[in-house]
Amino acid sequence: MRETSTSGTTTPALSCEGLRVGYGSRVVLEHVSLDIPPGRWISVVGPNGCGKSTLLRALAGLETARAGTIFLQGRRLQAWRGRERARRLAWLSQTAPITDLTAAEVVALGRFAHSGWLAHRQADDDAAAHRAMTATGSLAWATRRLSTLSGGERQRVHLARVLAVEASVLLLDEPTTHLDPPHQEDVARLLRDQAQRCGVSVVSAIHDLSLALTADRVIVLGHSGVVGHGTVREALEGDWLSVAFETQVNIVEHEGVHLWRPALDIPMRQGIGQ
Amino acid sequence: MSAPRALMRLDEAPQHLTRANRLTVWLLACVAITLALTFGSLLIGTSSIQTSLGWILSPDAQSSVVLWQIRLPRSIGAWLAGALLGLAGGIAQGVFRNPLADPYLLGTASGAALGVTISLVAADVSVGGLAWASKLGMTGAAFLGAGGATLLTISLSRGVLQTRSLLLSGVVVAFLLSAITQLMLLAKPDIWRSMQSFLFGSTGFISWSSVGLLGTVFGVCIIPAVFLSRGLDALTLGEDTAQSLGLSLPALRLTLLGIVSLATAAAVGEVGVVGFVGLVAPHLVRETLSVNHRQLLIAAPLCGGALLQAADLASRWLIRPAELPVGAVTACVGGSYLVYLLWRRSRNA
Repeated sequence: MRETSTSGTTTPALSCEGLRVGYGSRVVLEHVSLDIPPGRWISVVGPNGCGKSTLLRALAGLETARAGTIFLQGRRLQAWRGRERARRLAWLSQTAPITDLTAAEVVALGRFAHSGWLAHRQADDDAAAHRAMTATGSLAWATRRLSTLSGGERQRVHLARVLAVEASVLLLDEPTTHLDPPHQEDVARLLRDQAQRCGVSVVSAIHDLSLALTADRVIVLGHSGVVGHGTVREALEGDWLSVAFETQVNIVEHEGVHLWRPALDIPMRQGIGQ
Repeated sequence: MSAPRALMRLDEAPQHLTRANRLTVWLLACVAITLALTFGSLLIGTSSIQTSLGWILSPDAQSSVVLWQIRLPRSIGAWLAGALLGLAGGIAQGVFRNPLADPYLLGTASGAALGVTISLVAADVSVGGLAWASKLGMTGAAFLGAGGATLLTISLSRGVLQTRSLLLSGVVVAFLLSAITQLMLLAKPDIWRSMQSFLFGSTGFISWSSVGLLGTVFGVCIIPAVFLSRGLDALTLGEDTAQSLGLSLPALRLTLLGIVSLATAAAVGEVGVVGFVGLVAPHLVRETLSVNHRQLLIAAPLCGGALLQAADLASRWLIRPAELPVGAVTACVGGSYLVYLLWRRSRNA
C-alpha cells in the first residue's frame, strides 16, 4: 500500500467539513467531514438510502449544503467558476435520460469545460475523447445513437464522457450498473489505473461489496452518518460494514481478495421478505 | 497511445458520412421546395394562373406591383415567419426537454392577442389612443404583448430555474390574458372582426418592410441559437449532468427563452397566431433525420419556413378567388399530422 505518501502535509484533492445536506424536512447527511487524497480510488459503500448519491452530488456541487464547506484543491467549491470547476471535477450520474445523440457526440460534451461555446474543437479535445472511448471500449459504436445502445453500452459511453474531461477528481455514482461481470472488472481496473497512473482521485459508489473492496480506500456510510473512512484493511478490522448495514456482513479473504459471502443460513431480518 | 495526429477523427467514420449526406439531401430538398413554392406563389392569387404567367412573361406597371410588391414579399415573409416559429419550437422543445413544447408555451400568443385588443380598443375610445395605436401598429402591439407575457411568466415562476413551474406559469398566464382579451371583446364586440384575421393567423398583410423586420429578427435569433446548441445537447443528458459539465443553466435558459420570445413575438406580430408550425416542424425533422441540436436548429427553421409558405399558398388556392385564413390551414395539416403520429405510436405499442 502507498498509504504513507498521503499522510501528513499533502493537500487533499477534495475535502468537506461539517457537511449537512437534506431534502425538505429530511436531513440525509450531517456532520460529514472527509479528506479525499489525490491518486487514490475510494469506494463509497452503505445501505440503500443512506446518502451515497447525495454525498457524491453534494461534493460535485449539485446539492446546496445547509451547513459546512467543501474545498476543491484547497479552494472553496463555490468560489470556482463553472467551467474551471468542471475541468477539475467530473461527475457521473446514477441514471441518465436516454438521448438521441451519438456516442461520439456525448463523449465530446465531456470536453465542453475545455472548449467552451465559441472555441472550435481542438485536436487535443478529439484526442482526449478518443483515448476515453478506447479505454472504456466504446469506440466501436462511436457513430451510433445512444438510444440504440444497450444499458451497459450506454454506461460505458457515459464513463468515457467523464474520463474525457481529464479531471483530477472523478465522482462516479454506480459506474458499474448495467455491466456484466467482465466489464465490471474492466471498469474497476480502469478506475485503479486512473488513480495510480494519472494521480486522479476517484470516488465511486459501488453496490457490489466484493468489487467495492478492491479499491484503495473505502468510505462507509450508515443511516446515522459516516461510519468510517480509511483503507480497506481498517474497514474490515473495525467491521465497519456490519455497523453500517446494521446486520452481520461476512467478508472472506481469498488469495488477497476480499469477497462478500452471502449468509443464507441465518434467519431473515424483520421487515424483509413476507 | 498513438499520437493525436494519427487519430481518426471521431466524426469522420463512414456511417457518419451517410448521416451527413442525408442531412445535406434533406436541406437541399427544403431549399428546392421553398424555391418552387416561391415561384408558385407568384402564379396564384385572385387572377388566374394563365394571367399570372402572362404577367411574368410580359410585365406591365400594374402587374409588377401585384407580383413584386404583394405576392413575392408575402411568400418570403410567410417563409420567414414559419422559420422563426420552427426555430422557436426547436429551442423550446430542447429547453423544456419535452417534444410537445411549442413556441407559445410562455404565453406569447395570448399576450400578443391582448396587445392587439388593447391597441384596437384604445384606438376606438379616444383620439390619443388612435394616434398611439396607429404609431405602434398591430405588429408593434402584438410584439409588446408577447414580450410582456413572457416577462410575466418568468417572474411568476421566479426565474427560469424550475422548468415545471415555468410551464405551469406559462399556462396560467395564457389563461389569464385570454380571459382579459375575451372580456374586452365582450365589451367592444365591433372590434371582433378586425381581431379575427389576427387570431386565425394571416399572411395577407406582409409587406417588404415586414420581410425586412422578420429577416432581421431571424438573423439575430438563429446565430446565437446555433452557437448555444451544444448546451441543448448537454441538457439531453439531464440537468445535473449538464451543470456538472460546466454549463451555467440559468444563463443558458434565460438566453434561449429570450430567443424563443423574440422569434415568436416577431412572427406573431406579422402573421398572427399561426398554430402547429412551431410544434410540427422540429418533429418532422426528428422523425426523418437523427440530429443533434445544431443540425436541428438549422433544419427546423427550413422546415417551418417551407410549411408556412406551403400553407400560405394553399390558403390562396383552395377556395380561390377567396382566401382561407392561413392559421386554419396549418391547424388542419398540423393537427392531422399529430393524429397520424399518435395513431402510428399506438399501433407500434
